[in-house]
Amino acid sequence: MADTLIKRKAARMLDMQAEPVILNIGPSHPATHATLRFIAELDGETLLKLTPEFGYLHRGFEKESENATWTQVIPYTDRLNYVSPLMNNVGYAMAVEKLCGIEITERSKYIRVLISEISRIIDHMVCIGTNMVDLGALTNFWYFWKPREEAYMQLIEPLTGQRLTTAYTRVGGAMWDLPEGWVEKCRNVCKTSFLPAIKDVNALLTKNRIFIERTMGVGPISKNDAIAMGFTGPCLRAAGVPLDLRKDEPYLVYDRFDFDVPIGEQGDTCDRYMVRMEEMRQSIRIIEQALDQMPGGPVNIDDTRYVLPDKPLVYTTIEALMQHFKFVMEGIQVPAGEVYSATEAANGELGYYIVSRGGKGPYKIKVRPPCFPLFQGMPLLCEGQMLADLIATLGSVNIIAGELDR
Amino acid sequence: MTDQRISIVLAKLIERFGGEVVSTHSDFGDDTALVRRERIVEICAFLRDDADCRFDFAMDLTGVDYLGETPRFEVVYHLYSLKNRQRVRIKVRLGEEDPEIDSVVPVWPGINWYEREAYDMYGIIFRNHPNLKRILMYDEFVGHPLRKDYPKTKRQPTLGPEE
Repeated sequence: MADTLIKRKAARMLDMQAEPVILNIGPSHPATHATLRFIAELDGETLLKLTPEFGYLHRGFEKESENATWTQVIPYTDRLNYVSPLMNNVGYAMAVEKLCGIEITERSKYIRVLISEISRIIDHMVCIGTNMVDLGALTNFWYFWKPREEAYMQLIEPLTGQRLTTAYTRVGGAMWDLPEGWVEKCRNVCKTSFLPAIKDVNALLTKNRIFIERTMGVGPISKNDAIAMGFTGPCLRAAGVPLDLRKDEPYLVYDRFDFDVPIGEQGDTCDRYMVRMEEMRQSIRIIEQALDQMPGGPVNIDDTRYVLPDKPLVYTTIEALMQHFKFVMEGIQVPAGEVYSATEAANGELGYYIVSRGGKGPYKIKVRPPCFPLFQGMPLLCEGQMLADLIATLGSVNIIAGELDR
Repeated sequence: MTDQRISIVLAKLIERFGGEVVSTHSDFGDDTALVRRERIVEICAFLRDDADCRFDFAMDLTGVDYLGETPRFEVVYHLYSLKNRQRVRIKVRLGEEDPEIDSVVPVWPGINWYEREAYDMYGIIFRNHPNLKRILMYDEFVGHPLRKDYPKTKRQPTLGPEE
């Protein structure tokens, strides 16, 4: 459709019989939900051309990280995708561990799976909730906001002490173990908050004719286009490509769980919604299995090169005190080399490319944010469609400016 | 090429582009090939189309600044094959005096913005790129912030709308 429009434009046969209108959307606009900007060329209400722009939230993550120690980078990773910060922590820790050749403890692997899946659920809830607000369905937003708040109040805050700036993982394990009673609370939040909310929103939307007619065929993308543009995550799976790193390159302990990878067909806003809804249910399945299999034992590896020695030992023995001092003053030592480590974050593949030259911090960190190709693909999704569909599509693609701009 | 074990992809690459491949390694399990820049588009098209490779995803592209070494810059491509569920890393070294390389946008359209970012951050020029402009920084920004000789504390005026 976009091609015919461009031809019509060239032949001066526009709908409005006039020059196209240039409309600026953003960078501060309620429907972009982030500091994103579009320059839209409009014929009436039809988008002739869309130029996305970003960089308004660029904070120089990579430059800062090159001047920090390995551990100091962890809090910076929170600020990438601030809707699911725990996943960024996990991805970074895994990349450094790959470089160090560390095999973390079983319990730590299960904890990382749990926090990743909880983050995935709340990320999807925010995505669907805000997308629906833009389409005028405010109730769903509240239905999803409450369980998200429960997850923060009962699970993430007691575990990390923070809401968004979690900085929970460490190279070789985690900041600390799960607090007492956390496992039961997690089970409870899944059962009494997540599942009923998904059920409610499902009942309101999935077979709702208004919703389906509003979203079906809006912002579609074909399988081949999605691959060529480098889409990953729910947006790629909605286009019908079953790529999920949890299945295809099982990391942590994902190969021990029984779960399905939902895919769509059209790659449109409706399919993206359906895929996200099903992924939340599958994540709950994973959480339940992980809680059942949860092993005991330590969270951190037994290696003082990477992990702080126990506090009682630091106070009573000179060796532990020296280790503690050296660890705090010099940081961990990571061998020279380069790795690329990818995890399946809520929006797609979150990759860390890290170059170490054996110094006290990384020589180079490149984050491959899942939003980057998605935002690049926006013109492909939207050109030829209506202006209002841009907002519907943008919400369903779930662009997080924090990780887009870094 | 002293590696004990060379993966199929790297072996294929050496067989087809023997003279172009400078070195390979599979450290940390990541298959890596350092190639010369002249035939990078051909190499990428081969990796995408060859039946054993099929690297249809260009997952990432970035630059690295090895200040003090010659050649100074490196462009790093991370590719992923959906068919074989496999990854490969292609690296190209570029000298300080002419940090230029052919754009691979014709091979993977999705690489467009990554190349713009590498240009913005490191000043690497991608020849035949459809729209090689700054992407994260603003047009008036002077210099390339991720270069190692760009001071971390340097500040430049942020520009508002023109009066």
